[in-house]
Amino acid sequence: MTLTITRSRRPAHSAPSARWRSRKVQGWLYAAPTAVIVGVLFIAPLVLVVWMSLNRWPLLGPATFNAPDNYLKIADNPLFLDAVLFTLKYTAITTVLLSAVALGLAMLVQDRRPGIGFFRTAFFLPGAVGFAAAGLLFYGMLNNDFGPIDPMLQALGITSEPVKWIGTPNMALFSTIALVLWRFAGFNMLILLTGLQAIPTEVYEAARSDGANRWQIFTKITLPLLRPTLALMLILSVTGSLLAFDQFFVFTNGGPDNSTVSMVMVVYRAAFFRFDLGGAAAISVVLLVALVGLNTVMMRRLR
Amino acid sequence: MSRYLTLSALAVLFLFPLVWSGYASLEEPANYLEMARFGEGLGTYATNSVLVSVMTVVGTLVISALGGYGFARFDFPGKNLLFLATLAILMVPYATILIPLYVLLGYIGLQNSLVGLSLVFVMFQLPFALFMMRNAFEALPRELEEAALVDGCGTLKAFARILLHAVRPALITVGLFAFLASWNDFFAPLILLNDGSSFTLPVAVVSMTQQTFGAIDYGMLQAGVMVMAFPCLILFIVLQRHYVRGFMSGALRG
Repeated sequence: MTLTITRSRRPAHSAPSARWRSRKVQGWLYAAPTAVIVGVLFIAPLVLVVWMSLNRWPLLGPATFNAPDNYLKIADNPLFLDAVLFTLKYTAITTVLLSAVALGLAMLVQDRRPGIGFFRTAFFLPGAVGFAAAGLLFYGMLNNDFGPIDPMLQALGITSEPVKWIGTPNMALFSTIALVLWRFAGFNMLILLTGLQAIPTEVYEAARSDGANRWQIFTKITLPLLRPTLALMLILSVTGSLLAFDQFFVFTNGGPDNSTVSMVMVVYRAAFFRFDLGGAAAISVVLLVALVGLNTVMMRRLR
Repeated sequence: MSRYLTLSALAVLFLFPLVWSGYASLEEPANYLEMARFGEGLGTYATNSVLVSVMTVVGTLVISALGGYGFARFDFPGKNLLFLATLAILMVPYATILIPLYVLLGYIGLQNSLVGLSLVFVMFQLPFALFMMRNAFEALPRELEEAALVDGCGTLKAFARILLHAVRPALITVGLFAFLASWNDFFAPLILLNDGSSFTLPVAVVSMTQQTFGAIDYGMLQAGVMVMAFPCLILFIVLQRHYVRGFMSGALRG
């Protein structure tokens, strides 16, 4: 602090101060494009979404102030309440399964041994495919007439007739989770792998020489030391699942009977099916507040 | 040995859908011809996708390289605030920002525009890109820059001639992430583009399944999947090392 004061008291023409000021301006110039993008495309829409949520804002035509109607309407929207429950259920199941599968994969590929690079790539490769493309891929693969899965299951004697993969609410959820696991397990494996590799091998060696068995090593050493990385994975998985949209829009289209409508899908439908941008804005503001709150709590608890 | 058996079984499970999709699309090569004629023509959608990806990658690289250098080497008022504001992009749900962006881009004449969509993608890439580039510039020895300055270069010249070269690996990582995100994204173009002729590939192919009631050509659909997935698979395999490195430094410390 004192340093800054002495500096600013120097006469303006002295070389160090002028240079310091010019570096300040230069710094601003380098950061200016970032500031413009963040200001115009992030801060401004953030302010606008709050203002929109306080207005009757049709897709076409003028807006009229109607606060707090858009917020009161949310409670009366049965589709939204069902969507909240469904999204929470989907998030819980997905997060548990995804962490288990990702941890299993990460532990299988953590040691450098011949050919391990191939397996890491194989597990991650689905993650390079876009989520929409992955959804369409599964849409074809699980189709009863066109896809290979039903004939294979029947040839193996596991099923005797075609399975309604997205025909019942439970099966649609199950199939979507299979799609998500396929697409994201490798991504989460990669996160956990960085955590696993940060655990020094000496710790394992010490435990082994003390006579610890595999299970003890896993529960007493691996899991506790992996905690920060696991926490990061959990936060990413919970956030991603609560905001799920692509998989339900592309793969199940919210069906059957609106049983797989996620919260973000309700926002989309309010805006572009019912042309009610104000209502959509109100739901998205609620989502934002809930998510920031949840993330804050999770970061405090887990880290 | 049993570990390799498990690994191989899992690898088959993970690779099977990709192999099947490739096979199903090629079973009748006519699938690709039909795909090429569908809607406004595959060429239109592919061109849109390529344009958006190129603009996103170039925009992200330019803005994050300049910004990263500014954040790494200069002090200016509001520096921390701007950095935090950029990182806050990660905290906000996609839908919360896209609904007002749909309105806002209309105000500035960028509704239904590939340029507008690319700018939005650049914004979504900035937290990761700026973080990566700042760290890359911070890791460079100051002597590198000072030598250039002593030789009479201004900071911009030093930046363009010497420093950009030195942070090339980070640039590749940022570019790869920007490409994968903009090429694959579905939600943003779904909301921001409303005219069939400006659709990118994911929106165009998905809309095909939802418009043709009941009579979906599944072979053609898988051809569409392959057209979308192939560039990403190749790029990922070639640039894998850069992806993983970016992942470790960016995703984890961030």
